[in-house]
Amino acid sequence: MSSHAVVHAPVGGRIMTRPFMVLLAIAAVGAITAAYRFANGIGSLSNLSNGYPWGVWIAIDVVIGTAIGCGGYAVGLLAYVLNKGKYHPLVRPAVLTSLLGYGLAVIAVVIDLGRYWALWKVPLFVWRWSHSPQLEVALCVAAYTLVLLIELSPALFEKLRMGVRSRVKSFAEGALRILEKNFFWLLALGLLLPTMHQSSLGTMVLLPGPKVHPLWFTPWLPLLFLVNCIIMGFAVVTLEASFSAAVFRRPRETAMLSSLSLVAAWVALGWVVFRLAEVTLTGKLGYLGSGYGIAFLAELAVLVAGSAILLSGRRAQSVWQVRAAILLLLGTALHRINAYLVAFRPGSHFSYFPAVPELLITFGIFAAEIAIYVAVVKTFPILSGAMPSPAKT
Amino acid sequence: MTLDRRSLLKTLVAGGVASTAGALPAAAYVRKTAPPGAMGMLYDTTLCIGCKTCVVACKQANDREADPGPWREAKLYDAPVDLNEDTKNIIKLYREGDTTSYMKAQCMHCVDPACAAACMLHSLQKDTITGVVTYDPAYCVGCRYCQLSCPFNVAKFEFSKALPLIVKCELCRHRIKDAAVQGANGFTRYPKGQGPACCEVCPRDAVIYGRRDELLAEAKRRIAAAQGKYYQDRVYGERDGGGTQVLYLSHVPFDKLGLPELGDRPVPEVALSVQEGIYYKVPFVAPVALGVALAAVIYRNRRVEEVRSDEGEAKS
Repeated sequence: MSSHAVVHAPVGGRIMTRPFMVLLAIAAVGAITAAYRFANGIGSLSNLSNGYPWGVWIAIDVVIGTAIGCGGYAVGLLAYVLNKGKYHPLVRPAVLTSLLGYGLAVIAVVIDLGRYWALWKVPLFVWRWSHSPQLEVALCVAAYTLVLLIELSPALFEKLRMGVRSRVKSFAEGALRILEKNFFWLLALGLLLPTMHQSSLGTMVLLPGPKVHPLWFTPWLPLLFLVNCIIMGFAVVTLEASFSAAVFRRPRETAMLSSLSLVAAWVALGWVVFRLAEVTLTGKLGYLGSGYGIAFLAELAVLVAGSAILLSGRRAQSVWQVRAAILLLLGTALHRINAYLVAFRPGSHFSYFPAVPELLITFGIFAAEIAIYVAVVKTFPILSGAMPSPAKT
Repeated sequence: MTLDRRSLLKTLVAGGVASTAGALPAAAYVRKTAPPGAMGMLYDTTLCIGCKTCVVACKQANDREADPGPWREAKLYDAPVDLNEDTKNIIKLYREGDTTSYMKAQCMHCVDPACAAACMLHSLQKDTITGVVTYDPAYCVGCRYCQLSCPFNVAKFEFSKALPLIVKCELCRHRIKDAAVQGANGFTRYPKGQGPACCEVCPRDAVIYGRRDELLAEAKRRIAAAQGKYYQDRVYGERDGGGTQVLYLSHVPFDKLGLPELGDRPVPEVALSVQEGIYYKVPFVAPVALGVALAAVIYRNRRVEEVRSDEGEAKS
């Protein structure tokens, strides 16, 4: 999706490898479990209750799943808005990860919705739209998934262009030209939509305010969620690039990831400082002694540890880049789980821990995500073919 | 790298200001008042004898299945332990030492309901005349955000069904057919069989049905007649959580009965002042402006890059 001197090429090779079949099996178990849920109702296999109406399907598959899908957003911000052209080789694989994260979050939503057959009314019945932050999340997630599909479509057309038949070739050429022309506003939309709904995911937690623990309840939650997804985006891009390099034996983009990591570390530290300042200034430090305080401090500690690695000299080594990225991913995901599940207190007579079938569906969704990524990267021009130019910092 | 950090910070700050601009002027949120014809109930714990006739009557009036509770095998009794998908109204007992109190739980019909604020297509909404929070399944996608948002845990969901619905008290609105009449004592009267079933069958008038303003006046009369009898000499629901149309008088602290101390602030105020501040106060200008700005920056960046690469080619 760019005229920049980045050449993408399919990785090639056999798709049906043994790890791939394991992933498919996990996804199949998830699919069968989901079929059972559709036949017998949500209560038949989950621990969701009238006290905890939302569980891991929302908190992990949707709230964290879409944030993992923010790799495209975070790198897009760097590459196109802050004009750091050197990051372009990271963009297309990140957009693929984003599309998978969002596409599968949409599937998770359909599994979680009790009355999924009415979902089509949400985008169409404009006259009934409310001011619910969830409406905005729903519309933006749907729109963004489409935008990601279009942003990734050049990979398909480039593949078609390599084909034999002349009519297909000229069609692909034409489509690429149209995309090239509309590139800038498509990209703008691709950055605007996540800004809107990732912050609204935070606003959503404000509505059940009286039930949410004060350590997480703050009007700044939209901002915290927005920055949180950017940190997660950087971490995911690092992991995805390192994974591709290791699995597909491609040149490591260690130098580029090193400078990307530095950005991630500073953003994460900024987030930690902001969060501490908010809790201090609003006089909520007293809660730190409780069990909730431990959950709160765990978020911050993991993020600080990840940032510390990246700010030290170790960020030049890809092993430490991966370790730090995992820490950043954990810390940001923890904040989302905390805000949506741990800090949610419907009353002492309710409790929630995910049931095994709930987790099977969640595992299935993540396995499908990795499997599709591998298959697409092997078939379509996603990863940059050329050795990346050394990063200039 | 310093440039990276500085410009990134600038972008983040700009985005942050845009996304939380609404968070600060929380005062700008227009607080709602109960509609003039607001209907409600008044429950007095000092009158209730816990006979649960109201629980049975509610089930009959609303065609709900019996919930055998622990006797699930025998199906001999209707013994729900809490509000659930078959129980829109419940009597509970609070006991601590020598202090006991009954408690009636059902939808509070909030003046500014969080469930309706959560609902994407107004499937749950407040009746403009009676203020009853009504449910229309035609627009419900079963997301259960209403359940999450309700501070009283009232809305219930049919988890055991493949084609589920949300279940909650709608103040027996399906029974109303005729207009109310003004009674001689200043109280509005309703034709028999047309008010909430729970109020109609109560042998002690522990729960009564009527216009909210009349019920509030009655509650204050009772407090004035017996100072110190009721907790804090206060009517729960007059202002709590922005006000509710079901009002409570109690001889024990409200929070012991499961009525949370919410303060006067309407429950949806923080969330909606953020959401409306960003998107609706000046309709959709903030997101459109941000989108246009992003497009402009991306376009400019690419132009600069094209010029640069042209120069590069010319040199070589």
